[in-house]
Amino acid sequence: MRSLLSFRHGVHPPDHKQATEHIPVRRMSFPDEVILHLRQHTGKPARLCVKPGDRVERGDVVAQADGFVSSPVHATTTGTIVALELWPHPDGSRSQALRIAVERHSAQVPRPRLVPEWRTLSAKELIAAIRDAGLVGLGGAAFPTHVKLSPPEDKKIDTLLINGCECEPYLTADHRAMVEHPEKVQHGIRILLHALGIERAMIGIESNKPDAVEALRATLPDDLDVTVHPLRVKYPQGAEKMLIRALIGCEVPSGGLPMDVGVLVQNIASVEMIATVFESGLPLIERTVSVTGGGVRRPANLTVPIGTKLRDVLDACGGLTEDVEEIVFGGPMMGMAQADLNVPTVKGTGGIVVLSKGESRQGETHPCIRCGHCLDACPIFLNPQNLGALALARRWDEMEAQNLMDCMLCGCCSYACPSSIPLSQLFALAKTSLRKSSIKGKAA
Amino acid sequence: MSMSAVLGSALTLGGVGFVFGSLIVLAHRRFRVDEDPRIDAVAELLPGTNCGACGLAGCRALAEALVEEQVQPAVCTVMGPEDVTDVAEFLGVEAGEAQKRVARLACAGGSDVAAQQADYRGLQNCAAAAEIAAGGKGCPWGCLGLADCEDVCDLDAIFMNSSDLPVVIPERCTACGDCVDACPLDLFSIMPMEQKLFVQCKSLLVAEEAKDLCRVACDGCGRCVLDAADGVVEMVDGLAVIDYEENDLAAPEATERCPTGAIVWLEGAQFERDRGVDHAPSVSLRSATR
Repeated sequence: MRSLLSFRHGVHPPDHKQATEHIPVRRMSFPDEVILHLRQHTGKPARLCVKPGDRVERGDVVAQADGFVSSPVHATTTGTIVALELWPHPDGSRSQALRIAVERHSAQVPRPRLVPEWRTLSAKELIAAIRDAGLVGLGGAAFPTHVKLSPPEDKKIDTLLINGCECEPYLTADHRAMVEHPEKVQHGIRILLHALGIERAMIGIESNKPDAVEALRATLPDDLDVTVHPLRVKYPQGAEKMLIRALIGCEVPSGGLPMDVGVLVQNIASVEMIATVFESGLPLIERTVSVTGGGVRRPANLTVPIGTKLRDVLDACGGLTEDVEEIVFGGPMMGMAQADLNVPTVKGTGGIVVLSKGESRQGETHPCIRCGHCLDACPIFLNPQNLGALALARRWDEMEAQNLMDCMLCGCCSYACPSSIPLSQLFALAKTSLRKSSIKGKAA
Repeated sequence: MSMSAVLGSALTLGGVGFVFGSLIVLAHRRFRVDEDPRIDAVAELLPGTNCGACGLAGCRALAEALVEEQVQPAVCTVMGPEDVTDVAEFLGVEAGEAQKRVARLACAGGSDVAAQQADYRGLQNCAAAAEIAAGGKGCPWGCLGLADCEDVCDLDAIFMNSSDLPVVIPERCTACGDCVDACPLDLFSIMPMEQKLFVQCKSLLVAEEAKDLCRVACDGCGRCVLDAADGVVEMVDGLAVIDYEENDLAAPEATERCPTGAIVWLEGAQFERDRGVDHAPSVSLRSATR
């Protein structure tokens, strides 16, 4: 058998996907209250355009994009705005959020609306429609999609890469999307290719999802150059730069973006959502979330209105088990740990992993034995061992000189370390410190 | 080996030595910088902590500035009054007066009064914990208690009390500002000692919500605004903020009806005891005195 495509280095964490990979996506019932953060995306928070007391219907705009790198927020349920207040955000801070009391007995049927006929739109109009729908990258970073689709003039994009790797352990939402709605994924790809004015797309799927590969192969369009490529199972295959390495075989330069090699990457959930937007006319108001892990009673793939409180999502899955230990938004490798059950989901929340006592790894940190496992793990070929020592000595500038800024905090080094040194946490700390000092330097 | 070879090498090396030696002598005469010998003497008298509290790049720079009479000896807040007089007498200048300033922490929410929502595991320092769900502390503005400030303080002027809250010892604090930079939540500020009215809280939550997370939070009730002279205290986003321009009008009365004790008057033994100063561990000053 021909060996499968992949990138070099990386790690093989146990995938723990069996709990939810064969469970069809179901919709959770509407909660009593949703909390919509104005900071749903990377970039400037949205600007409020409603006031407490207003009645909003599902899909209405409640906050507009503030500037180019920003995205509007839409009401995810029909109800009444209760207040604008400081509410816990998944990133651990408290930030401005709208509280909407969901209307009891409401059918939650959105207003009739005109669905834009994408075929008749120019690339520019299509991108504007994508912006108005509040679409952001649903892989986790929540970067506004319309910004990604508007590369500078001098960067020519010739290939669209679709990330169906879902390399994070536990998560299965993308897998289910590919198996249940392959035609929607294809439709989304068609719209994106139209917006970019190109014809070539490549879908990368890890080989542990043969049913997804099959489903997408069966629905390939005849008129476009779309191909499906099974990839070796390895973390972090779904990271943009790793996926490019695996599918195209070239490396994105240090500090560069995929568009520097003529590529644009979108993940499956985002592509499926684009199709949904142009099929129903509804903006991004709900998404599929994998709620899984040993700490939740009935793991599920749920369609969750954005802004549903963690507590309500967990209740919809039978609640927590006795031996629950840790709750993470996103996957266990790169996700954000949560400390409060009142935290609402945001646009970027594609997984809620509830770890039980046995699953949550708690190694005692030991000194570095210079085994080099972290060097073999690092997918961007940094030297985590050396960087870790520098971080402990708080020598941030030297770390920057050793290309720390290329680190994407994938956590492979921490995972590989037999001494349980929290390397990626050290690097996150170093990156924050460097960012702070550069802001200070600019201000001075 | 013949005698001539020995002699030849000795002469060559000697010659080379002489030429370069002469060059050094010439360079020394040509580029010589006369330094005031008093700089060395004054540097000897200064504490040598290089804390930067005077605003100059270390004690040597201060010595130079002192000799050139750009600053007065009292700008050094590390020296005691006698040392300041010594330096002033040595240079024959006025000692000058400097405001005593100290670092103050805008949080009183130690582990005894502030709720912890989750246990944080990971690197045991505040900067790292602050990035992971605010260290699991209920109040995201509150002190994380992992002692980044204690670690960074070269003068042992900060210690952690029994409820994991840093306490500043005013006598030792030189207002160098290292703790201000170290705190990821920006809880420290450098303030003159005579500014005694102080809000020990940064929480922007109000009413029960604030108090649920921390028993000593400012809940935004506004009583202090009414009890203080006009313009001294103001409510900004649910937090009492003091206008220190009006410090002359500030009085302890503003703190009396505070339901949580978030606003305080920093004076007297009661306050010191509240913050646990009498439990101060006995530590030797590493470098503050020589």
